[in-house]
Order: sequence, then C-alpha cells, then structure tokens
Amino acid sequence: MNLKGIKAGKIFDAANMLFLIALCITILYPIYHMFIVSVSDGHAVLRGDIKLWPVSPSWDTYKAVLKDPDILNSYKNTFLYTTTGTLINVTLTAFCAYPLARKKFYGRSFFAVLIIFTMFFEGGIIPEYIVIDALGLINTMWAIVLPPAIHVFYMIIMRTFFQQIPEEIYESAYIDGANDLRIFFRIILPLSVPVIATITLFYLVWHWNSFFPALMYLNEKSQYPMQLIMRNIVIAGNVAAQESAAASMNAMITGQNIKYAVIIVTIAPILVVYPFIQKYFVKGMMVGSLKG
Amino acid sequence: MKTEALAWKQIKSSGYLYLIFLVPLVYFLIFKYGPMFGILIAFKDYNVFQGVLNSEWAGWKHFESFIFDPYFWKLVRNTLLLNIYMIIFYFPAPILLALLLNEIRFKAFKRVVQSISYLPHFLSTVVVAGMLVNFLATDGLINQIIASLGFNKIQFLMLPEWFRTIYISSDIWQKIGWGSIIYLAALSGVDPHLYEAAKMDGANRFKQAIHVTLPGISSVIMILFLLTLGDLMSIGFEKILLLYTGPTYETADVISTFVYRRGLLGADFSYGAAVGLFQSVISFLLIVGANYAARKLNATSLW
Repeated sequence: MNLKGIKAGKIFDAANMLFLIALCITILYPIYHMFIVSVSDGHAVLRGDIKLWPVSPSWDTYKAVLKDPDILNSYKNTFLYTTTGTLINVTLTAFCAYPLARKKFYGRSFFAVLIIFTMFFEGGIIPEYIVIDALGLINTMWAIVLPPAIHVFYMIIMRTFFQQIPEEIYESAYIDGANDLRIFFRIILPLSVPVIATITLFYLVWHWNSFFPALMYLNEKSQYPMQLIMRNIVIAGNVAAQESAAASMNAMITGQNIKYAVIIVTIAPILVVYPFIQKYFVKGMMVGSLKG
Repeated sequence: MKTEALAWKQIKSSGYLYLIFLVPLVYFLIFKYGPMFGILIAFKDYNVFQGVLNSEWAGWKHFESFIFDPYFWKLVRNTLLLNIYMIIFYFPAPILLALLLNEIRFKAFKRVVQSISYLPHFLSTVVVAGMLVNFLATDGLINQIIASLGFNKIQFLMLPEWFRTIYISSDIWQKIGWGSIIYLAALSGVDPHLYEAAKMDGANRFKQAIHVTLPGISSVIMILFLLTLGDLMSIGFEKILLLYTGPTYETADVISTFVYRRGLLGADFSYGAAVGLFQSVISFLLIVGANYAARKLNATSLW
C-alpha cells in the first residue's frame, strides 16, 4: 500500500505543478501578448501573426502614444489625483483611527457604530451625486479626492494596530508632560510606520486605478485621469488621434498596437514596482483578514 | 449626577482627541450621512431648482412604478443570477488554489506561483475590461485561436448568452490568487500534529486533505461564504458598465447599472434614488443577517 501511495503521490505532485504552471501562463500570457503586439509591425498584427515573439519590433507605437497631448495630460492628472488623494486618505484615516483606538476617548463606541454603519448602508450614487453637486465640487479635483477620503476597512486595520501599542507608553509620556496630540505625532505615528506604509500603498493603487468617480463628476476632457482616457481609447476605440500621429512618423501602426500600448503604459508602473511591494500588500491583507 | 460628572471629566481630558477626530467626523457626516439624508428624494419629485427639501412629496409613487415594471424584475433576476453563478463558479476557485498550493513542498516554486497569481488583482477594471473587449473582438486573440482551430468566429460581447461566462471567468482570472491569501493564512494555522496523527492512522495525502485540511479551514470558508451571501444584491458595477452593450442588456443589465443609466444619465433622480434605496435596504438586511449567522456559527464577530 505504501509503495503505491508514494507513486500516486508523485503523480499527483507532478500534475499539481503542471496545473499551477498552466495557471501562471494563463495569467501572464494575456499581458505578454499585449506587449508583443504593441511593439510589432502593424502588417503582422493585421495578419494575426503575433504568437510568442514580436515581429520586427519597434518603439514607434509608444512614441506616438507618449506624444499624444490627451494621454500626457491625463497622466499628469492621475498623478495629481493619486498623490493628493492618498495624502488626504492617510491623514484622515489616521486622524480617525487614533481617537477610536484610545480607551479614554469618551463616546468611542458611539462613534465607532456611526462609522461602521456606513459600511453596510449607503445613500447610493444618486443622493451622493446631489451632495457633491450641492457642495459645488462637480468638475473639480475635490469631487475625486474627497468622497473616498476614509476607507472604513483600512481605518479598522490602522485602529487595530494603534490598539496594540501598550498603555504604559501613554502613561510615561503623560509623566513627561506630553498631551494626546503630541503623543500622536511624536510617538504613535513613528511607531506605526509599517501599517501606514501598507495602507498608503492600498490607497495609491486605488487612486491609480479609479475611473468611475471621474466618469461621474468630471465633464472636461482636460481633467480626465488616464483610466478614463484609456477607456475612450481602448474600449470605445477612439484611436484616430494616435493613428494620425503614427502616420506622420511613417510608422505602420494599427488600432490594436495603440490600444495595447496604452494599456501597457498604464500598467507599467504597477508591473515595475509590484515585485518589490507585493509582500506589504499581502501583510496588510493578513492583518485585515485576521483582525478585520 | 455622579456618572455625569465623571463623563464630563473624561470628555475634558480627551479634548485633544476630539480635536483630532473633528475632521473625520465632519467627513462622515457630509459624505456618508449627507447622501443618506438625500435619500428623501426617493419619496419626492426631485427638482434641481427646488432642492432636496423643497421638492414636492410623491409618497411611494416611484417604488410602485418600478415594482410594477416588468423590466425591473429582469434587473433583479440578472443581479441575482450573476451573483449565484459567482458563488457556484468563482467562490470555490481560491479555496482549490489554496489547497493545491498547500501541497507544494518546493517553497520557491510556491512563492513564484503566489506572486504571479496575485498580480491581476492590481490591474484596474478598465484594463481588464479593455483586455476583454480586445481579446474577444472578431480580430482579437480568442477569435484568432478559434479560427485557427477551424471554427466560426463568435461576436462574444454582442451575444447575451455569453455575458455571464465572460464576466465570471474574467473575475476568476483576476481574483483567484488574491482570494486564496486568506485561505492560505488559515491553512498555516492548522495544527501539524493532526497531520502526524492522520499519517499514523494510514491516511494518504488525499485523505489528509479531506479529513484534516478542509475541516481546519471550514470556519473561514463559512465566514467568507456568508459575507458573499451578504453581497448578493451588489455586483461589480464598474466592470458591467464597461463591458455591456445594447444587445447584451438582456443578461448584463443589473440594478446598479440601471440606476446609473436611468437616474443619472437620464436625470430621473427620484426614480433612480428609489431603485437605489430598494437595493440598499435589501443589501443591508442580507449583510446584517449574514453577520448574525456568522457570529452564531463562530462565536467571533466579523467586525
């Protein structure tokens, strides 16, 4: 029985590894495919010749894409929204988590219920739109960065972290004459760099990838973030501007080249930093799932 | 009297905490409770010039009109079906992946597979939808493969019968790895002695997986399952918005996309808010129910 068991186990191990390798290929190939199409010659793309390697590769498509004023401008907007938004996110999330983590904060359970209730019930997009409109935020950056300022789930992660800081630290700080404000900035925040870094990353990616708030609240093309510009190019197929830019460079570029190049340009920053920061995300996810 | 005095003392001593808390509190009141107050328009005939407070009351008019609208029930059907198919096809996928990864002894291989499988989680909905639209186009990758195998090309995104398959399989592609993290964490908490004992009793690896591993993570599976049930009424709104086309509304249009289209694009604010409220209330009841059930089962609160 044992010998048979060992043999069956080996067959299973081999099949398991093959399956997981197949899964990895299924995940990676679509991204790789977009890349090799984007750098290949347009004629080969039209013939459907691009399988494993690029055909007569060049960077012409990327030159055409990165020359496009709309794309460049949308990149700039996304950069602005992402940095401003994340700064607001992290500041407000910490401001919210710290008092809620303090036992002496009178009314803390009332405020906690008030806040957690918003996770379960919300007004919906129409009433939210009316509020943003009433505040005069339509067509401004603030409609993008203010409404998602505090993500309750991340706030809970941060509060859990703050709660693990031992009470003695506060006591000795009080003896040294520090108040709660000082303790927050001088002691608690420096001690919480790991959790703050993780949550900053979560917010950064969220803003980078966000598209619906912009669709809802921004009407001027000059304000569009790149996800929205990308939608117009990649999904709605508005590639005329880039095609004429390519034509002026005498490059043979198809709509397909341009669409995939735009996608690659958008995800490139994530792909580049991903291997280095991946473990922080996983750690944050663990803290959240165990304690959330 | 005495407790009041104590409370007052406590409030005074946390003065700085209130100062810090002020901005977050104002944020929640304006951006979360403001819209809840705005729900009033679901019971009014909202008029932009009169505002929320001064618009005419309409009672349950909007609710009645959508409950008697056959299209509304099509939306409910689409929302529920998409979610139920998600539970059947997506929900087990990360569990399976976690179990398979757990059997890998070659640690470096396991780490690489994990890193790769988490990657799509970080791609935006627009990117994933953009990939789908282009891969599924008549001259796209998938149809190239279909044609090279000698079959007829399919206009995937124009055919209602394909929409749910596309939606769910791309969700599995994007989320299977990230979803497995929580199960892997649970798996690492299973007591190794149990495996030793099972081995002593002559259990092979398959039997160990069934009798030790699965029971070890069953409470996590149960909690996540209940959470999924709690989410039954809401579904990846953005992806549908990006993927659906007129011809696929039949299966693709869900409550939230309808609210956006009719309420916001069609400027039918009150009607949209009423449909949105209907959805929010049912979601709320489902989530509270799921949370209650999870608490009963597990004796630990989810929040």
